[in-house]
Parts: sequence; C-alpha cells; structure tokens
Amino acid sequence: MKALVAIKRVVDYNIQVRVKADGSDVDIEGVKMGVNPFDENAIEEAIRLKEKGIVTEIVAVTIGAATHQDILRHALAMGVDRVTLVETANSLAPLAVAKVLKAVVEREQPALILLGKQAIDDDAGQTGQMLAALLNLPQATYASQITIAENQATVVREIDGGTQTLSVSLPAVITADLRLNEPRYVKLPNLMMARKKPIETLPLDSLNLSLTHSVQQLKVAAPPERPAGVMVKDVNELLSKLRTHEGLLP
Amino acid sequence: MRTLIIAEHDGQHLNEQVARAVTAAQHWQQPVDVLIAAAQADGLAAQAAALQGVSTVLVATDAALQHPTAEHLAALVVPLAANYSVVLAAHSAFSKNVLPRVAALLDVNMLSDVIEIVNSNTYVRGIYAGNVLATVQSSDAKQVLTVRASKFSAAATGANAAIQSVTAPAAPEGSRWVAEAFNKSERPPLAAAKVVVSGGRALGSADAFKDVLAPLADKLHAAIGASRAAVDSGYAPNDLQVGQTGVVVAPELYIAVGISGAIQHAYGMKDSKVVVAINQDPEAQIFKIADYGLVADLFEAVPQLTAAL
Repeated sequence: MKALVAIKRVVDYNIQVRVKADGSDVDIEGVKMGVNPFDENAIEEAIRLKEKGIVTEIVAVTIGAATHQDILRHALAMGVDRVTLVETANSLAPLAVAKVLKAVVEREQPALILLGKQAIDDDAGQTGQMLAALLNLPQATYASQITIAENQATVVREIDGGTQTLSVSLPAVITADLRLNEPRYVKLPNLMMARKKPIETLPLDSLNLSLTHSVQQLKVAAPPERPAGVMVKDVNELLSKLRTHEGLLP
Repeated sequence: MRTLIIAEHDGQHLNEQVARAVTAAQHWQQPVDVLIAAAQADGLAAQAAALQGVSTVLVATDAALQHPTAEHLAALVVPLAANYSVVLAAHSAFSKNVLPRVAALLDVNMLSDVIEIVNSNTYVRGIYAGNVLATVQSSDAKQVLTVRASKFSAAATGANAAIQSVTAPAAPEGSRWVAEAFNKSERPPLAAAKVVVSGGRALGSADAFKDVLAPLADKLHAAIGASRAAVDSGYAPNDLQVGQTGVVVAPELYIAVGISGAIQHAYGMKDSKVVVAINQDPEAQIFKIADYGLVADLFEAVPQLTAAL
C-alpha cells in the first residue's frame, strides 16, 4: 500500500523565538529550521511499515516556499521514496492546509495518510482531523502504536488519563504522538543520495482550490514574565516561605 | 444566536472543565446550551442542568455513544451547529480530537487552546510552546474554539436548566472503539489538582519516582506530574506528562523536583500560582520561573520536606 506523509517546516524545537519589535509577528529570520518533530515520527512510522513489507511506497508532501525543499531532502534521506512541494509564498491556516492535502490525497490515492499530531509553531493540532473530515475518512489521532492487518489499522491513542485503542478501516488519517517511535538519524551517504533525487513542485494555483483566509493574526507579544523568584537555603526556609502564602500548605 | 458547548464526561461524571467552559461561553452574552452525548445521560444531564449560565441541556443517547468516535460525535454536532454561532469545548484530548473535524465539516477555521476571549471573534492563544501570545481574529460566521479551562473559573451550581433530547445519528462506519486503559489513581486528576508534585529525570528510576514523590503528594493531597524525560525513561506513565505535548496545569502550587525546566515543560506549568523548584543544578532553567528555588539533593530535600509537613 502507498503511504502519504504530510510534513511541516518549523523553527527548531530548541530555539526560543522572539517577537518582532513592532509586535507584528515572530522573528524567525536566520533561525534554524527543521522538520516538525511529530512529523518526523510520522515519517519514521511509514518507513518502519515499509520495512515490515506493509507499505510499498512512501510519498512525503509539504507546503511552502522553495526553501522548504530542505525538509523534503531530509525525508528522502530518512527513507521516503518520493516528495512533493506544493509551492506557495503564503502561510496557510490548518483548514487551508487540509484542503491542499485533500487535493494531494486525491491525486496520490494513498491507503494510509500520516501526519504529526501538531506543529510546534502554531500548536493548533487540527490539520489531521480536518483532512480526515474533508476526505470523509476515519481518523486516529495521537497514535502511540499502529498495527496494520487486512486493511484495518489498530491504533493505540494517547488520551487524558490513559490510552484508547481504535480500529479504523483504510484508507484512514493517523496523527503521530511523540511516543509512536524514535526517528532514525540521517546518515551522511543517505543525505548525499537524497540531494540527487528529484523534488516534484506543484504551484498552489495549479490545484484550483478556493482557500479562504478567515483568521488574521492581529499582533503577537511575549507572555508576561514571572517576577523573579527567591532562592532559599534549606527545607525549613522553603516551608516557612510557603506557609506565608495563605492556604498553600496545611 | 446561541452558543453550544460539547461536554466531556466519563459516562457518570461531567468533566470538571465543562463548568469552566460555561464561564468562557458567557462572553458572547447569548443563550448557552450544553450537549451531552452518552449511552445513559440522565445523571449527566442533571449535572449540566445545575450549572449557572446554562440555558438548555441537549441530550443525545445511543448505545454507541458509550465510547463515541470523533466521526460519530462530528455527525451529531454538525447538523445541530446550524442553530449556533459559537461551538466550544474545554481544551483536552477529547475536544482536540473532535472539534477540528466539526470545524472542517462546517468549512470554518478553528482556534485551539484559547486563553483569553478579547471579543466575540478575537482571541489570545499561545504559539511556539506558549513563548509567544498571538491575538487572532476570525471572520468566520461560526466560531469554533477550545478554551484552556484553567484560565476560566468554574460556573456555580444550583441552577435548573431545561433538558431536551436530540436525535443521535447512526455511528459512521469505518471506525470502531476497541478498548481503553486508564491509569487508576486515588489522586486528584492532574489538570484540576490544586497542588502538583512533578518529577524529572533526576529521580533516576521508576521506584525512586514513586518512593520519593508519592509520600509528599499524599501529604499535600497533590496530583503527581512528570517531565518528558521522566516519561521517556519509563519512570512515569505517559498521561502524567506536563508540557507542550502533555497536560497543561495551573495549580496553586507546583513543586518541580529534579526537572531542568525545558521550554516544552515550562509551557505546561508556568501559569501555576506558586512554583517551587528543587534541583541540584543551580544553573537549571527551572529556577528562572520558580518563585522559590532550593539547590539541594532531591533524595534528601524531598523526604525532609515530607517529614516536616
């Protein structure tokens, strides 16, 4: 079966971003970028399913400017077979992303559609569910374990307070939790090979979608800083400080 | 128009966050209805009807709603949404699964984990692991959003709203609930606890995690949380993880034990009223957000603290 993995280019998770002085947006000029961590889990899972002989071909897709080719090269180096860049200069909200991905899914007809559970920049956590809705397909979000047999995926999901297991018929949309797997490191020879592989580019306009931009970012700001704390010298001092906060301690 | 809240519950009790969503819903100053989808809803409907500020409790009952799929819930909510200009829920694994599906079927964008409602279509929400607050405005005719429950107080009880049944659609095919496994605990639920004691990698083992933190948590009637490092090392189950990809908590008192304080963890706890950090490393990031910091060996300091309480 064919697997499609949708991936996003985001600021590296170790970097603490700053807001621009005019509060218009986050300043990501010159900041290290990479594959969204959850999307890396999705890629890794597709590769493992291919290694098990369940998946036969993996296609990775991303949406963005020509610079976004770097994460597609990374996906190729990990073991993805083919990659597509849907090229646009605009940044799209999850609903628009889901509409673009729907068009790609209709073109590729994958049996398995994998995404990360959320992107660590907008923290929306919506795209997979929206894509499943638009395609009228079953969804299994926050997957920490995926087992595929006879056109059914049995998915263990991380939920509040424990786990839930769902059985979904394929094709289905599954979003990856961090716990799903440990993504492999990319080896240098694989990266060199990935550089030679073709990247298919689809201009967003060629998909003939009508995308609405109904959400506007009015401003961004740094969150209020917590007032500086105090260091205490021992447990007794800590306790007496906490007891001065009325009702905090028995 | 009206506002619809999708209620989360465990079959017997409404989730405590529903009462907080009811408070958030008052911002639109229009009737607020609460939807309960369940196999048996009588007790749940009574609990929702008692919440001050609720106009009508809508009840959909169906055996398949014992463990509803996102597909089933979306099929229930979408036709109802015609009567509503706002559809909201408290931000949780339950609502994060369902509401984006609903929003896409309504062809509107959704706002996740809203921490402040500025006006009827403008919100503040955290981006980049809560390191940036974005003010966003949605021009969609229907506003679909999840709100961070800890930012809103719980609606009082004592009311007596009307209860009305609605037809549940048949469960869509293609998705089937198989099983659930909950980590049983006598402790208060992490997201709602007044005191949280959290452990990190420095605990060193699952046994130490339990042996050191549980007595302190017992004395404080606290929930136990964990950093991702502690969860990944197998010291604590996944559902105790506090942070960007885990639970977001805002208790009165958060005690971070052996936690370095990475930005992903800080995201999940920095709205706590008072933060205490106990860590051997004076350079640990956690001391930057702690109100009270103690540089000490946790294996000595935590038992001392427990004994002194």
